Formats: sequence, structure tokens, C-alpha cells
Amino acid sequence: MRVSLTVNGRAREADDVWEGESLLYVLRERLGLPGSKNACEQGECGSCTVRLDDVPVCSCLVAAGQAEGREVVTVEGLAALAGRRAARGAPDGPDGPDGPDGQGGQGGQGGPGGPPGEGATRLSPVQQAFVDAGAVQCGFCTPGLLVAADEMLERNPAPTDADIREALSGNLCRCTGYEKIMDAVRLAAARQGEAVRPCP
Amino acid sequence: MPVKPAVGTPAEVTQGSRTGGGVGESTLRPDGILKVTGEFAYASDMWHEDMLWGQVLRSPVAHAEILSVDTGEALATPGVHAVMTYDDLPTGVRTYGLEIQDTPVLAHGRVRHHGEPVAIVAADHPETARRAAARIRVEYRELPLVTDESSATAPGAPLLHEDRADHRAGHVPHPNVVHRQPIVRGDVAAARGRADFVVEGEYTFGMQDQAFLGPESGLAVPAEDGGVDLYVATQWLHADLRQIAPVLGLPEDKVRMTLSGVGGAFGGREDLSMQIHACLLALRTGRPVKIVYNRFESFFGHVHRHPARIHYEHGATKDGRLTHMKCRIVLDGGAYASTSAAVVGNAASLSAGPYVLDDVDIEALALYSNNPPCGAMRGFGAVQACFAYEAQMDRLADAVGMDRVGFRQLNAMSQGTVMPTGQRVDSPAPVAELLRRVKAMPMPPRRQWLAAGEQADVRELPGGLSNTTHGEGVVRGVGYAVGIKNVGFSEGFDDYSTARVRMEVVGGEAVATVHTAMAEVGQGGVTVLAQIARTELGVVRVTIQPADTRVGSAGSTSASRQTYVTGGAVRNACGLVREKVLELGRRRFGTYHPAWATAELLLEGGRVVTDGGEVLADLADVLGDEAVEVEEEWRHRPTEPFDLRTGQGFGHVQYSFAAHRAVVEVDTELGLVKVVELACAQDVGKALNPLSVIGQIQGGTVQGLGMALMEEIVVDPGTAKVRNPSFTDYLIPTILDTPDLPVDVLELADHHAPYGLRGVGEAPTLSSTPAVLAAIRDATGLELNRTPVRPEHLTGTA
Repeated sequence: MRVSLTVNGRAREADDVWEGESLLYVLRERLGLPGSKNACEQGECGSCTVRLDDVPVCSCLVAAGQAEGREVVTVEGLAALAGRRAARGAPDGPDGPDGPDGQGGQGGQGGPGGPPGEGATRLSPVQQAFVDAGAVQCGFCTPGLLVAADEMLERNPAPTDADIREALSGNLCRCTGYEKIMDAVRLAAARQGEAVRPCP
Repeated sequence: MPVKPAVGTPAEVTQGSRTGGGVGESTLRPDGILKVTGEFAYASDMWHEDMLWGQVLRSPVAHAEILSVDTGEALATPGVHAVMTYDDLPTGVRTYGLEIQDTPVLAHGRVRHHGEPVAIVAADHPETARRAAARIRVEYRELPLVTDESSATAPGAPLLHEDRADHRAGHVPHPNVVHRQPIVRGDVAAARGRADFVVEGEYTFGMQDQAFLGPESGLAVPAEDGGVDLYVATQWLHADLRQIAPVLGLPEDKVRMTLSGVGGAFGGREDLSMQIHACLLALRTGRPVKIVYNRFESFFGHVHRHPARIHYEHGATKDGRLTHMKCRIVLDGGAYASTSAAVVGNAASLSAGPYVLDDVDIEALALYSNNPPCGAMRGFGAVQACFAYEAQMDRLADAVGMDRVGFRQLNAMSQGTVMPTGQRVDSPAPVAELLRRVKAMPMPPRRQWLAAGEQADVRELPGGLSNTTHGEGVVRGVGYAVGIKNVGFSEGFDDYSTARVRMEVVGGEAVATVHTAMAEVGQGGVTVLAQIARTELGVVRVTIQPADTRVGSAGSTSASRQTYVTGGAVRNACGLVREKVLELGRRRFGTYHPAWATAELLLEGGRVVTDGGEVLADLADVLGDEAVEVEEEWRHRPTEPFDLRTGQGFGHVQYSFAAHRAVVEVDTELGLVKVVELACAQDVGKALNPLSVIGQIQGGTVQGLGMALMEEIVVDPGTAKVRNPSFTDYLIPTILDTPDLPVDVLELADHHAPYGLRGVGEAPTLSSTPAVLAAIRDATGLELNRTPVRPEHLTGTA
């Protein structure tokens, strides 16, 4: 079957989709967006979290056909999403309105490569906070956590620690013990607060 | 949590103190941005035009004879390109293994554990491959099971491996024992006579899973020269290569391996998983083949932490001095050897814990059984023992009538202590100090669920959002534990790493390129290697090349060893590059300034400077068009095997220590536990990257918390089948299960190690579990001699 959907602000089509395929599979294997991760494919780990019409979901549990005509945001689109929020005046930090929409190519092979060029990539505030706080180790849980944390900060710009833990309780991380993830979300919330504070 | 100031001698620094981003700074991960944008390519993200998907058919039973295999229907499935069984293997080498080559690539006539690979399929869609694998008809005749020590060593017990010819076989009491290591020192009988109190305990340790999040995956691409290019997530490229190439019948230079992104490891990627299968299918079909396990398969696709039955006897005098220790540690290694022998060596040699014990009688062994194979996991044999000896310490302190921390401090080892193996500890061993520090940390407030107001916040209570209590029936407990772990490969293993370092001018600036085969699995090795290069070569820009087999072996990313050994190799290679650069400088500029010949010269901030800080030249001018490159192996000091009868020997290169304090709340009516805080103090010798060090300590701490409260692979004793191969039924801690994790980092240099560093990754996994158990015992008064603790153990309904 053919599935048509909007991914990170762009209309996309996937052909020859088998009816049993998940949204996760279509994103990763057919649309060249492997950022959403496949840690359990049972809806338990949250590594595949995307926004489906704004709501965070485990994309492994969404049949591809259910995404027909709907809007999906993946980790690749977080910077652009933050940019659109900033343009609307929502709290989001100093990011410009026109971050690049994440649209992968047709996959690719090879190792992780060398370090990225300095300042080459624009990050959303929550992405930047994860890097700065040391919340990334192996990084496999990171895309799902970022989508979930970004959505929580959109709803709740000044979360308590218990709020953060509750909102992220569907996202497993095996490396960090979560403390640096807490630091990262607190940091993102604080920076977001700084950005919207009116000038004295 | 900030790193506390260093205590003791600072590590030697000869170089780089004026170059930013060097050793000792919390520089950020070079792969961090790629990982937060989703662009970092993990093994399961690999893609190739025309690629096929591989699928493994696994045994549904634990022990059986294979009577027949019929692949006809699977092969006839549209979209299927190949089906392979044992009979299709290309050479006479049909087994592999890290130490003992006893693991079949595909089962031959017999399966020995639930989930053993029997056949492999390649198809054009993963679902096609799965369905085709399900159409392979395998006829099994089930065989009697070996599931524990008594069934393994009973008269007439089925032998897991008949006609063993491995080098351990001649030294074991029974063919179903992989390896046995006794350690005897002093005179236990005489020492026992001096004891006023003797405490005996029997402990059970469940089977833990590494549960790394990135499933076993990789892509094998057949090459025109008849070889294969393999992109894979592993912990040690060259050990994989050594096992893969002979099975394929290829020379090692025709199996070119590149490390892809690795989604965690924790020991679970030391053994091969999909590597050979993907290569076989790629070479058979002439097409690239990708294999990605799902979580269910991942639980069968790697070895687990050995479950253990442990017996301890300790004695103490009235004034609280340990007199002696006897212990017997029985590890279940499952169907294949994996790293069981080395785990036995660790369990035995570290079984006394970080305590002074001159009179010991120790026995550790690993069984062959029909249970899932067990091998490496973070802590590697030291974890099981620590859980048991720390329970013993609390019971001894109570018997003597001493404070539990004070009792430990009184008996704590220190630099100069002789281990049960006869090895004198020749670097700092601040066990008493770590206990003092972790005890001195401020306590979390009581009734913290009321912190936000008069209404109980259920998220801060046992049972959490299940809303099972608002504080009724909830009691608090506090527990302490401390542990000892070795760093690096032990028992005489030739443990080395290789680094290739190049320095040249790029865009007018001196740039260093570091190439090693070190597996970055999340630990931050790539960050640290770049820091070392900056410090040693005085450059700002460092490129870390992808790890592959075009450079010499880096050894394994395990045993807390990579910063020590590959870090040491990079430092050594940088030193050689520096000498060559200075030689170049002397040739080019030596006549212009006498300091080139007379002063101590350093490379700092992109320049050659004297130790007095005078700038002699820009590195870019010194190098000009020339590139300076060095590839060198580097070794830590050698170790010795343990004597097979007495266990004596200089077996370990370094020891590391951590202590934990756990504060828990227990709902005694429902048996639910909330860990309120889990504090750690650890000596790291020198924190090369403090942010990463703390991340390692917190991550290890939470894996220990999981082992205390929830993590266990449940194997049905009647069928030896795994009952919970999913994240629905095998639970790892969520962010809601995890408390605040304050960390106090101590830095006492080990002068044998580069920069004085001490391997960090494993020690925090040891003492975390027994600290949580001790806190639950403190809260409930229960004995609790097994881990993980389940609600029924706390409510008396087990």
C-alpha cells in the first residue's frame, strides 16, 4: 500500500508498504529517517518516540497505515519545531524561526565518522542541553527522550523534578542512571525561562 | 554534582597544561551533536542498496537431539534468497568462542540451550525472513536437562561437552565444570580458633541481563575480492575478526571490520552474535545482508551475568577484627564457555572484598548447564561476591556489636595490604576513606513525599503512581556497602592496545589524527582520546578516526580498561610524535635559538614552547608540508596466572574501589521499595573527564539498583527455558525508579597508570546492589539472602 503523511513539516509518501509495517519501520527504512530508534519494538522503551499530531507515541506501536494523512515529528525535526515555536513567540530560547527540517537521505552506511563541524548544526534548546549536561552516553535512548522532553517542556515550562520523572518514565536509558538527563531537562527549562523573561 | 578537589599527590603532568580541552577538563563528546540530531549511525541504521535481511531460527527447547531439518518450504518462499544450516558451513571450522571454541556457528545434531541458533535465512524483507524461518521444519528429541550443580555433577549426568580437549579440561573436578579456581592462604583452622563470632551465610544471585538498548545488529557487504566488509556493534573488533575469519575460510585481511555506532554494551557484546551469520549469508547470496535482532531475540542473542549460589563463613574477634574467611562460589555458565573461566578467576580472587584477610579458603567454579550461556557483564565475577560478602559484614558487625561502617573501616584494606592471591596492593586503596565520605554526605530529608506540601506526592513513595500508599506502612532504612574490582585483563593475559597518531598542518593549523580500534560503546572513550592528544601534542583540533581493523588491536572495551590501555597507547604514540616534531623543529630552527638544544621543550597551544613559557615556533611552521605519524602498541605491566591449586599469583594490574550508601523506603504491607537516594564515593585516580566519570558512576550505580530490586532473567527450572525475554517482563530501572545519585569523586593517583588514572566503569556496579539490600534489611529486619528482592520476599508470601 501507499502511505502519505507529513513528516517534520514536509509531505512524504512511502510505497510498497506491507500492511504489518509499523510507523517506525516506515520512518527508518522507507523514508530515510533512522533517528527514531528500535530498542524494543514492544512499546516498552520509548526510544522510538515521535509526535503524531502533536501527541508523543511509540512509533513501533503505530501501524504505518494509521499515520495516513497525519503529521509526524521525529528527532530529526526537533530543531525546526523549536524554530516554529520561537517564531510564534512560544517559550523556546534564542533559536531562529527557520531551523532546517530534518529530512534524511536514503539512509547510508559507514561508521559514525569524525567529530561534527563546529556550529555546523542548529540544535533545539533541549538537544543543546542534552549535549551540554552530559546526558548522552551511548545515545540510543536519546532521540526518544528528546521528543518526550521537548513535548513536556512545551506543556510545562517549569517542571518540578517529580514532573520530569513522571513525563519521562516511559523512556528507558541504560547508560546514564538518568541523573544527567534530569540535569539536561532542568537546564533546558532554565534556559527557556531565561529566554522569555522580559528585559529589565 | 561537582567533582571534589583532589586529595593526595597530583598526577604527573609534563605537557599540555596551557592547551584547552585537554586531560582533566569536562570536554563534551565529539559525537554528542550527531547523537541528539538522530544522525549518528548505529549498527541497526546501516543501509545498502540491494541489501537483504537476515533472520536466525532458534531452538524452542533447551536440550535436544536434532533428528532432522527440512528447509524446503522456507527456500520456496517468494523473496527468500538463502537458507543455511550446519551442513552449508563453508569450512571445517564450525565453532567459535572467546577462550574455548565450543560454541557452534549453527547447531549440529544437538541444541544445548533455549534459543540456540539452528538455521539462518536471507530475504528481501525482514518479515519475509521471519516467516520463512518459521517454515523450517526441525524435529527435536528432547534430552535430560542439566540445570544446577547437583544435576551437573550427579552420577551419570549428561555431559554438555563430551570429549573436552580444551586447556581447562585437565584441571576440573567434573567435565560439566568449565573452570575451578581455589585460593588457599594462611591457616584457616587456626584462625577460626581465634574467632569469638562466626557467621555463615548462603546467598543466591539471580541472572542479570546487560539490556543495552541498541540491539545486536550489523551489515555484511560482500566484496569483489571474495572478502567481506562488516559494519557492526561490538566491544572488540580484533577478537571478533579472529573468530569470524576461520569460519568463513577467509584470511583476516579479507574480513574488513568497521565499528558502527554502538548502543551500549556492558559486556554483552564481548561474544559474537550476528557477525558470522550475516557474513555467511552475504557471501552465499552475493548481496549485502543486514541483521537486526528485536528485543525478544536480543535476550537470546547474548550471554548474561552468571547467576550464583554462594556460601560464606567469616569469623571476627570481640574487638571487631576479621579472623578468617571461607567461601564457595558456584556460577552457572550455561551451555557454552564464553568468558566463564575468567569470571571464575575474578570471583575467587576478589571474594575477600576490600578487607584484610590473611587466612582464607576460597573456591569458585563455573558449571556447564542447559541454562542460557553466561559470560561478561559489568563487574565480571566481582559483583556476585560483593553482594554476599557485604551481607556478611553487616551480620558480623551486628554480632560483634559494632557500627556497620566502623566495622568495615576497622578491617578495610589499604595500600600495602596483601590480597588472598599473595599480591601486595601497590597503589592507593582508600577503602576506609570512601566509607567515611559516603557516610558524611547529607541525608535526604525524612518523609520526602510531603516536601511539596501537606498532600503526599505519590511519585515519591513506594508504589509510585500506582497510588498504593500515602505513607502508611512505610519505613525507612539505610545501608552501606563497599567493593573491589580489578581493572584490565588479568592472569597473565597479554593486554595491549595500539594507537596510530598523525600530526600535520590542515588549513594552516597543526591537527592531530588519532586512529585506534577502540570500541566506543557510549563510555566516552572518543572524548578522552582527543583530550589526551590535545594535552600531549598541544593542538586544539583532534580528529578521531572511526575504529576499524586497518589499525592494530585496541583490546576490549571491558574490564574498565580502555582509558588506561588505549589511553596509554595514545599517550605513548603522542609522545613519540612529539619527539619527531621536536626533532624536525631542531633541524629547521635549531640554529636560531639556543633553547632548542638546551631547554625542556613542550608542545602547547599550537606552539613549541620552553618549560619557562618562551615561544620558539608555531607547530604549523615546524611541520610545514611534512606529516609525522607513529603507530605503536602499548602494554600495561604484565600479570601472572593464578596457581591452579593455591590461587597465588600477581594476577591483577590495578584495583578500583567504590562505596555506596542507600536510603530506601519500604511499604511493608505490599513489599514495595522506593530508593530515596543512592550516594556513591569512588576513587578514580585521576578524572580525565570529570563529567564522563560521574556519568559512569551514576550509570553503574543504577544497574546495581536494578539488580537489587527488579532485574532477573527467570529460567524455568523444569524446562530451562527463559520465561521473560522482553522489557515487559524483564524490568530495568526507569527514571521514576531512580533516585538522586550524589557522587563524591576521590583522586588518588596510581603511579603505575597513565596520568595516575584508575579504571572507573565497573566498581560502582558492585556495591550498589548490596547497599540497597542492606537498607531494605535495615528497614524491615528481614534476612534477605537473595537478589533481586521481590515483593513476596518482603511480605513473607514467597
